[in-house]
Amino acid sequence: MHYKDNIAYPPLLSRPTVYLPVLAAVFAALWWFRAGDGALGRLVLGLVPGAEGDALNLATAACVTMLVGFNIFVVMRLPLRQQVWLVWAELAALILLFFYSFDLSFAFIQRKIGFLITQGLVTTLYISAVSIVIATVLALIGAIAKLSSNGIAQGIAHFYTSLFRGLPLLMQIYMIYLGLPQLGYVVDAVPTGIAALSLCYGAYMTEIFRAGIESIPKGQWEAARALGMRPVSVMTRIILPQSMRVIIPPTGNQFISMLKDSSLVSVVGVWELMYLARTQGQTEFRHIEMMVTASLIYWLMSIVLELAQKRIETHFNKAATR
Amino acid sequence: MTSAQDSAPPAIQITGLNKWYGLLQVLHDVNLTVTQGERLVICGPSGSGKSTLIRTVNALEGFQSGEIKVAGLRLTREPAVVEEIRRRVGMVFQQFNLFPHLTVLENCALPLRLVRGLSAAEARDRTMHYLSKVRIPEQAAKYPAQLSGGQQQRVAIARAVAMQPEVMLFDEPTSALDPEMVKEVLDVMVALADEGMTMAVVTHEMGFARQVADRVIFMDAGRIVEQGPPTTFFTAPRSDRTKAFLRQVLH
Repeated sequence: MHYKDNIAYPPLLSRPTVYLPVLAAVFAALWWFRAGDGALGRLVLGLVPGAEGDALNLATAACVTMLVGFNIFVVMRLPLRQQVWLVWAELAALILLFFYSFDLSFAFIQRKIGFLITQGLVTTLYISAVSIVIATVLALIGAIAKLSSNGIAQGIAHFYTSLFRGLPLLMQIYMIYLGLPQLGYVVDAVPTGIAALSLCYGAYMTEIFRAGIESIPKGQWEAARALGMRPVSVMTRIILPQSMRVIIPPTGNQFISMLKDSSLVSVVGVWELMYLARTQGQTEFRHIEMMVTASLIYWLMSIVLELAQKRIETHFNKAATR
Repeated sequence: MTSAQDSAPPAIQITGLNKWYGLLQVLHDVNLTVTQGERLVICGPSGSGKSTLIRTVNALEGFQSGEIKVAGLRLTREPAVVEEIRRRVGMVFQQFNLFPHLTVLENCALPLRLVRGLSAAEARDRTMHYLSKVRIPEQAAKYPAQLSGGQQQRVAIARAVAMQPEVMLFDEPTSALDPEMVKEVLDVMVALADEGMTMAVVTHEMGFARQVADRVIFMDAGRIVEQGPPTTFFTAPRSDRTKAFLRQVLH
């Protein structure tokens, strides 16, 4: 909890005036969207054999609502941390069940997943990691240029963020891969992907870095300058370490987003994760297997990034939280 | 002294200083000389230009005409000159401006290493010496947010004095403090004055002015209206504006 409060409000869901309307809303939604017509209805048929149509729909809505109600009742009695984990795990299980319901051929997945990882995941990670580094450098340069008193630097930086935030990433990839050869410069597919991702995300992150730097009070700069510190030292030792607290959460967002946008590079034939997922599935008409597998791999990678972001945030928060 | 003249140059010499923010003139033809070892207190209503005046001395504020010399060196906008002047002049701010991501020790030691070129061990030793002087050596490992306002301001003083400047500027050092913490900061400043540090202090603490100042300056609307030793300044102010101001701050 970020803001501590010493008034002991009863948990919202423990109040009947909240709990019952929530359940009523769940029931109404299930009934309205005819939950009984689908998989949930088929499950409920085991309890009320022979029901069909409106009766089955009503029974399904009632059963699921009771299940949700019981679940809330149990979870409410756990300590906070366990609540968070349990709810997370329950929702994750639902998503996996959803995928499972696609009637996937696990034998096929098992046969292909090795290649998907050694070729696809490795390429995706390589492109993303290199792009993340370059984009961070570009963003730092862009932010400092925007805050500088150098008109040329400001002009370039403003045009850069405008162009690369404004054009679709797909178009940027085509411009590099198909456009530059018109001028006689041929760029390979992987460097194209890295260049496009770096330039695009560097432009977004320029704004994040600029806002982060501007969030540090002027007094910090003045104090360091009055002590005789050089501008570069003030930036690297005083301003940037403090602005990291502001910069890191949105930057984590960008990294996760970039990881998935790296799939756009497949349009120029790079064998990254999404490209392989599509082509490997095509040969045997097992598209969904490969898509689900690739999606879960993306999700796992972004969970790793989330955890890394959390650790870095904690590191830069240490002075503020003590 | 750095100069080989017969008599040492004044610590600060300001002549004919004018400053505008756009059309608003905030400093009008200010002339002021602070001699070596002098303790100067500058007071005046808010917006009178007193903070702006001392901030021009170490080039935190620019000015349009006039001249400022610090220990004989004329302040220009050239980086080498400004850096040299900032090495000669220490400053303490109203809002402390400690670096919140660094410990107390690092706050003082980092500039010593970067600006004075001290080794880590030398910087730590010198920091601890000055933290002892402001009587908080035991807080060296803490972060600024863990200290009281008075303790933070004492660290800020130690940080500036550890650079061993020739002149110390104080910009309302006690204005952001709770009343019970004002004294601990003033005590440190009195001790510093007793050691012979040249000081220019913008403050409303008239008790401090009486006790420590060699000279008190009253500014209003960007001009030096009146100045004199504290005895005459407080007992026999000449201008009506000074009298009105003193009535407000003394009662």
